[in-house]
Amino acid sequence: MAFEGLSERLQKVFSTLRGKGKLSEDDVRKVMREVRMALLEADVNFDVVKGFVKQVRERALGAEVMDSLSPSQQVIKIVDDELTKLMGEEAVPLNKAPHIPTIIMMVGLQGAGKTTTAGKLAKYLINNDKARPMFIAGDVYRPAAIEQLKTVAQQVGAPVYEEGTDKDPVEIVKNGLAQAAENKNDYVIIDTAGRLEIDDKLMDELARIKELAHPNEILFVADSMTGQVAAKVAHGFDEQLDITGVVLTKLDGDTRGGAALSIRSVTGKPIKFIGQGEKLDQLDVFHPDRMANRILGM
Amino acid sequence: ANFRSVDEEFFDDLEELLIESDVGYETAMRLSDELREEVKLENVKKRSDVSDVIVKKLVDMYDEEGKEEDNSLKFSKDKTPTVFLFVGVNGAGKTTTIGKLAHRYQQEGKKVLLAAGDTFRAGAIEQLQVWGKRVNVPVQASKAQTDPASVVFDAVHRAVAEDFDILLVDTAGRLQNKEGLMRELEKIKRVITRELPEAPQEVLLVLDGSTGQNALSQAKQFNETTDVSGIVLTKIDGSSQGGIVLAIRNELHIPVKLVGLGEQMDDLRDFDPEKFIYGLFKELIVGSGE
Ligand SMILES: Nc1nc2c(ncn2[C@@H]2O[C@H](COP(=O)(O)OP(=O)(O)OP(=O)(O)O)[C@@H](O)[C@H]2O)c(=O)[nH]1
Ligand SMILES: Nc1nc2c(ncn2[C@@H]2O[C@H](COP(=O)(O)OP(=O)(O)OP(=O)(O)O)[C@@H](O)[C@H]2O)c(=O)[nH]1
Ligand SMILES: [K+]
Ligand SMILES: [Mg+2]
Ligand SMILES: [Mg+2]
Repeated sequence: MAFEGLSERLQKVFSTLRGKGKLSEDDVRKVMREVRMALLEADVNFDVVKGFVKQVRERALGAEVMDSLSPSQQVIKIVDDELTKLMGEEAVPLNKAPHIPTIIMMVGLQGAGKTTTAGKLAKYLINNDKARPMFIAGDVYRPAAIEQLKTVAQQVGAPVYEEGTDKDPVEIVKNGLAQAAENKNDYVIIDTAGRLEIDDKLMDELARIKELAHPNEILFVADSMTGQVAAKVAHGFDEQLDITGVVLTKLDGDTRGGAALSIRSVTGKPIKFIGQGEKLDQLDVFHPDRMANRILGM
Repeated sequence: ANFRSVDEEFFDDLEELLIESDVGYETAMRLSDELREEVKLENVKKRSDVSDVIVKKLVDMYDEEGKEEDNSLKFSKDKTPTVFLFVGVNGAGKTTTIGKLAHRYQQEGKKVLLAAGDTFRAGAIEQLQVWGKRVNVPVQASKAQTDPASVVFDAVHRAVAEDFDILLVDTAGRLQNKEGLMRELEKIKRVITRELPEAPQEVLLVLDGSTGQNALSQAKQFNETTDVSGIVLTKIDGSSQGGIVLAIRNELHIPVKLVGLGEQMDDLRDFDPEKFIYGLFKELIVGSGE
């Protein structure tokens, strides 16, 4: 049923065709119906699925499959191929500024994992780049957001610039950047409050922070359990901020994570990291091929 | 979707709308088949009538899945405190919902206590304390990283000793596939029941309204571990309306009891199925007006 693997389901479809020799157009259609279902059950956006299925069908009807000895394997391979391609074939590293500091800004919906990921990124940079990052506490809305960031910062051993909750976040970021320049921090990670992409006032706040800070990296942090709306939300953030990359969180769960494909498709921006746990070392570089298999349940 | 006429294309569009609402592939197929029958049965021809039939049918279906239950919150029948236990995955909105509900009961003149049962996440205790201060309700807390069950134990004792009406228990977010963490939750619930045999009166699963098919797995696993009595659907002030609860209702018969509509203390409502269905399919309804 719902979470049965795709290969298993495709095998089932093909078992009814066994002994038929070549695949007919009708056979391909049957297979693609299964693929479509698998993608929709993995939460890949409806329009993205439509485009994808069309693309794969065309390839599957081409000579390479129709004349192949093991058409089922061939179709699975095409699906996997195309999905990996769609997901952006290889890992894309973090942007780095020509002069210090490199400025990274975290954005996204409420509860997606921005603050936790900010901490993970700092740890990653300290471990891999011997970096000396500083955080700016730009969330003045969520109760105890600053305490949360400070606890995380203490765990990774990096300072936090904060001015409490009474000031305009744009002002805080401005002062924080001055502090970072003074301390010669090589990375600045700006935590921002979660917000809806349809909240004009708060989206404008992010635009003003962007204008002021000229971040090298605007990372859209997305919960991998998000459903059909993932595409719309990602598009909203990208349209208003021109994001530079994506972090997918909570992939340590049992979600298929089709949101990954939707987000990548509608923004065209690379998924750079995935979050695989609540601990600060549970951040991994994104691998498109593994994600493709996961979405398909293979 | 564009609902021009009541033909096959109409039902294709309906199917698409259902899938885009996260009700799930199978539920979408089943619903659109049943709706096709219903429209035929009622012999509806005008588009403007179809959406009425469909929404009515959806509300009926929603109600039918839970005929035996009502979606009101349950309270202690005697003088002992009522306990609500909040469970759910990371970042769903548990702590915020507790703040909002504390505000509601405080306004009603009830004596409310909060238990800071999330001792794990950075800043979780402080977050609940800020809420406590904001809505003027005390918080039973101990230090970070202590055993959550012992905090909850203390809170239950205090609630009894100091005659609180309601105790709202916060817990750390956890993904439903983490066995160890799910067992910890089981233990927290056991501690409550050991002290107050009728409690917790509610185990509320807090579900982010933008969640996709994984919500079904969340509902299943949390239900197995803690016997969930209701769902709080949060963040439906966003672009998503939480269609997945239709699938949950269908498979597990767990009613939605509350909805979260924002981050402020007043942004909490009782669940209204009719309004929910209208919200989910407003495109269909708006479309029929043309
Ligand atoms: N299991 C798991 N939990 C995660 C992951 N990333 C974040 N979390 C948890 O998700 C919850 C929300 O994380 P936060 O970092 O507070 O999210 P946020 O986007 O900063 O939230 P707001 O500031 O309220 O918008 C917390 O319980 C985190 O511990 C992950 O990769 N896996
Ligand atoms: N827009 C909107 N945001 C909400 C709603 N409910 C909660 N939030 C926000 O979502 C984020 C996460 O909420 P929390 O209450 O911390 O969620 P939680 O389930 O306690 O999170 P963990 O304890 O980390 O698992 C915060 O930024 C809240 O302000 C809602 O109904 N609408
Ligand atoms: K979420
Ligand atoms: Mg945060
Ligand atoms: Mg919480």
